Amino acid sequence: MQKVYTKIDSIAGNVITVRASGIRNGDLAMVTSAHGESLANVIKLDREEVSLQVFSGARGISTGDKVRFLGVPMRISYSDDLLGRIFTGSGKPRDNGPELTENLIEIGGPAVNPAKRIIPRNMIRTGIPMIDVFNTLVESQKLPIFSVSGEPYNEVLARIAMQAEVDLIILGGMGLKFDDYLYFKNTLEKSGAMSRTIFFVHTASDPTVECLLVPDISLAVAERFALDGKKVLVLLSDMTNFADALKEIAITMEQVPSNRGYPGDLYSSLAARYEKAVDFEGAGSLTILAVTTMPGDDVTHPVPDNTGYITEGQFYLRHSRIEPFGSLSRLKQQVNSDTRDDHRALMDGMIKLYAAYTEALEKKSMGFQMSEWDDKLIKYGEMFENRLMDLSVNIPLEEALDLGWEILAACFEPKETGMRSELVLKHWPKEAS
Amino acid sequence: MAKKGGRVTGINGNMVTVEFDGDVSQNEVGFILLGDQRLKSEVIRISGKIASLQVFEMTGGISVGDEVEFSGLMLSVELGPGLLTQIYDGLQNPLPELAIECGFFLQRGVYLNPIPDKSWEFTPRVKVGDSVFPADTVGTVPEGIFTHRIMVPFYLAPSAWTVESIKPAGTYAVRDEIAVIKDSKGNKQSLSMVFPWPIKRPITQYLERLQPKEPLVTQIRIIDTFLPVAKGGTYCIPGPFGAGKTVLQHMTSRNADVDIVIIAACGERAGEVVETLKEFPELIDPKTGKTLMERTIIICNTSSMPVAAREASVYTAVTIAEYYRQMGLDILLLADSTSRWAQAMREMSGRLEEIPGEEAFPAYLESVIASFYERAGVVTLRDGSKGSVTIGGTVSPAGGNFEEPVTQATLKVVGAFHGLSRERSDARKYPAIDPLESWSKYPSVIDMAKVDYARSILFDGHEVSQMMKVVGEEGTSVEDYIIYLKGELLDQVYLQQNSFDDVDFAAPIERQQVVFDVLFKILGAKLQIEDKKTARSTINEIRQKFVDWNSVARNDERFEMYKNEIEELVGGQFVEYEGKAAKILQVK
Repeated sequence: MQKVYTKIDSIAGNVITVRASGIRNGDLAMVTSAHGESLANVIKLDREEVSLQVFSGARGISTGDKVRFLGVPMRISYSDDLLGRIFTGSGKPRDNGPELTENLIEIGGPAVNPAKRIIPRNMIRTGIPMIDVFNTLVESQKLPIFSVSGEPYNEVLARIAMQAEVDLIILGGMGLKFDDYLYFKNTLEKSGAMSRTIFFVHTASDPTVECLLVPDISLAVAERFALDGKKVLVLLSDMTNFADALKEIAITMEQVPSNRGYPGDLYSSLAARYEKAVDFEGAGSLTILAVTTMPGDDVTHPVPDNTGYITEGQFYLRHSRIEPFGSLSRLKQQVNSDTRDDHRALMDGMIKLYAAYTEALEKKSMGFQMSEWDDKLIKYGEMFENRLMDLSVNIPLEEALDLGWEILAACFEPKETGMRSELVLKHWPKEAS
Repeated sequence: MAKKGGRVTGINGNMVTVEFDGDVSQNEVGFILLGDQRLKSEVIRISGKIASLQVFEMTGGISVGDEVEFSGLMLSVELGPGLLTQIYDGLQNPLPELAIECGFFLQRGVYLNPIPDKSWEFTPRVKVGDSVFPADTVGTVPEGIFTHRIMVPFYLAPSAWTVESIKPAGTYAVRDEIAVIKDSKGNKQSLSMVFPWPIKRPITQYLERLQPKEPLVTQIRIIDTFLPVAKGGTYCIPGPFGAGKTVLQHMTSRNADVDIVIIAACGERAGEVVETLKEFPELIDPKTGKTLMERTIIICNTSSMPVAAREASVYTAVTIAEYYRQMGLDILLLADSTSRWAQAMREMSGRLEEIPGEEAFPAYLESVIASFYERAGVVTLRDGSKGSVTIGGTVSPAGGNFEEPVTQATLKVVGAFHGLSRERSDARKYPAIDPLESWSKYPSVIDMAKVDYARSILFDGHEVSQMMKVVGEEGTSVEDYIIYLKGELLDQVYLQQNSFDDVDFAAPIERQQVVFDVLFKILGAKLQIEDKKTARSTINEIRQKFVDWNSVARNDERFEMYKNEIEELVGGQFVEYEGKAAKILQVK
């Protein structure tokens, strides 16, 4: 039964309250004002008093506006018609295409039973050596890219989207600059990946509440496709904007803030989204790659900090490079034993030498005496940075491994690498030795 | 008693307010009736005729006016044979059975019997006419490798009960009546093998609590030697993300020398639990020859599961631990992570609109943490046997900063502190426990004087290395440089341990003693070394031998060979023992 109310009691931020009865927690309502219609959902009930957050914002809403309860929670249409389409955070088309109303599914569904999870086992190839070789991305992993404003994180995301061997890409944009949105759209269109992509985009100029819905709506759709056997990659950019939207609503609702104004349930809210990443036994999988910008390049800021505790590793993107230190894929051990016999050893060995390089560099800048070994390290470090770390490098894993050996051979004697002799013997480039 | 009820008056996140009739008690369980679903919740505040309930499920779809049914019972767990090898959620719902019933997702409002309906081989221990007290054993059943005591329920009045009837030896279903007892007034009580106990009340059915003294061997060198844990003690592992808290807990859960390990995965990643879930049934415990799963119970309330159940999960775990302690067993409870549990408290406190304390944690944070850790302990039971519960909790401090409230409140009540450092984990020095910052109040498995001496080398070496950063190697004396190298040696060959190596991942006590003795003699020796280059190469050579030694099994013939080689290597340069070290060695 639909009920219409025409008296709004209070309006604060994007939250309005009306007096109504028989309303269920989480239900949707349609708010009709002079500026058009907007959906809203119930976020709090206190006797007759119903608080709703208005998706398009409460700006311009009058106390006499009409609120019509729809009696259903937030839902999104699920079908193959979604492919290649672009929607807003509340699921409305953004691309002049038709609105989809068939086969509605609920968003923000229950968690996966841990007993039904399986140990991840498939690598996702990206063509970026710093990921494939050193911190392999694994199907069903949840991994953030920690970065700062100005770094090319969206470019990295777009590149991974185009090159990753997955069936379906869902891009959830939160607070995206319009330019970035167009960049994603154009890049994916040009590469022909658009037909297997779905966009849910909230740009910086859109109402805040829609930003909150983007992860849920993206992940609900992704989960369904995964259950139907698809390998889905969900890209979320930027989760810090999502957290800020949470903060805004929490403050409006007069919740006690915990750390730098963020609500006490920030960890749970982020975890509920990230934990959607899963590999379904006998069906598809859902992998999440998210951008988290660190305000002030501070990893102890509540958003990256809480994220780090939830996700299975992190990539640091700094100076247009994926940092070898700090970056970590917690799941790489599950897959990098079956790629090539030298993968693990080369991964560890090259990083250890690179660490020695940074020490040598420090020594040099302090003006201490440089040994022959230090000079070798410096040559190695520079080659490593230019030929493997550079983000423009785009080669398959095997080629990257060969290149690694080539760099080692150009700088060191086999016994200086600190790796097992049999491996070195097998992979050391012939012409160099 | 008539069923008490009420109606929902408000919903805010996972908190629901209810107007009730009759009497309602604090921490009582209520069910919100939503169609044919019954959503479990717990009373956390009562004010007039309004009770605030935290709901253990998602609250979408609840509306004002929905009916609520109160159970009259506090939030409880079921205790009895069959708990071992189980995987429960925070409310003791068996997850594998739930998966069979509901598939991939956790459907709300589905609660299954925690203790499986199984039959057990019962042997009575009492006869008709015997007098028994609560927690006395009326019979036993074999549960895997243990003798599970069937006890008089703890909740009965603490007076003498007379056994009226008891079943003879035989096989009975777990919920069958196995005995009837009556009190002095003639009130009869039927007993089965299971009974409930409220999770937030400690089980105190023992004669006395003792000082934890006996070491709990984890087979992790840095812990057993330098930062020991005692059976019945408590310890905490704070550390920033990626420092290896979970790997450390995982290693401990595999290698710890206790009877039963209870893992409480509280608000952490589901993927980590899955590894334990899939690995433990495959791994063989060398002590018993059975799989590790047979001594393990997993309480798993991962980060995306409802937050109120996360708050309950650590209590569920500690209650089950106390129950097995009553059988004279040693239990280790590993809680990962207590910060998530504290955060769950913070969320509820916020919804109750309580006045916030530091970082918005509730003011009662410290007392709640203290009373949780106080549930650990080693006790003498009424039959004279001893049992213990040891609690090890990880802490995930915001920003890796140990000054935050949860770490500080925990440090006040634990007996050992294993602080993980980002610096060490970045340098791949695992386990990344900071040897300079961490402490323990429990006795080590190794002579304390030696351990203290080794620690002082570590401190001095660290000081030298700090100085060297300023003045460079060329500005450091040979003596200082050797101290620095000795510190590094101790760190690299003893404090660090490779959890992926087949031998090194577990170092039994006897082995630790042998290795440490050899190492101590090197640390305490004055060596005949003229310049830094020789110093470095000598120590490097020793280090290499130690590394090889560490990965050779104890029964391997090369074990003695490496020991001798190291001693020979040192012997070549040996002058005499340094004053303090000489004293320690003479005293021995």
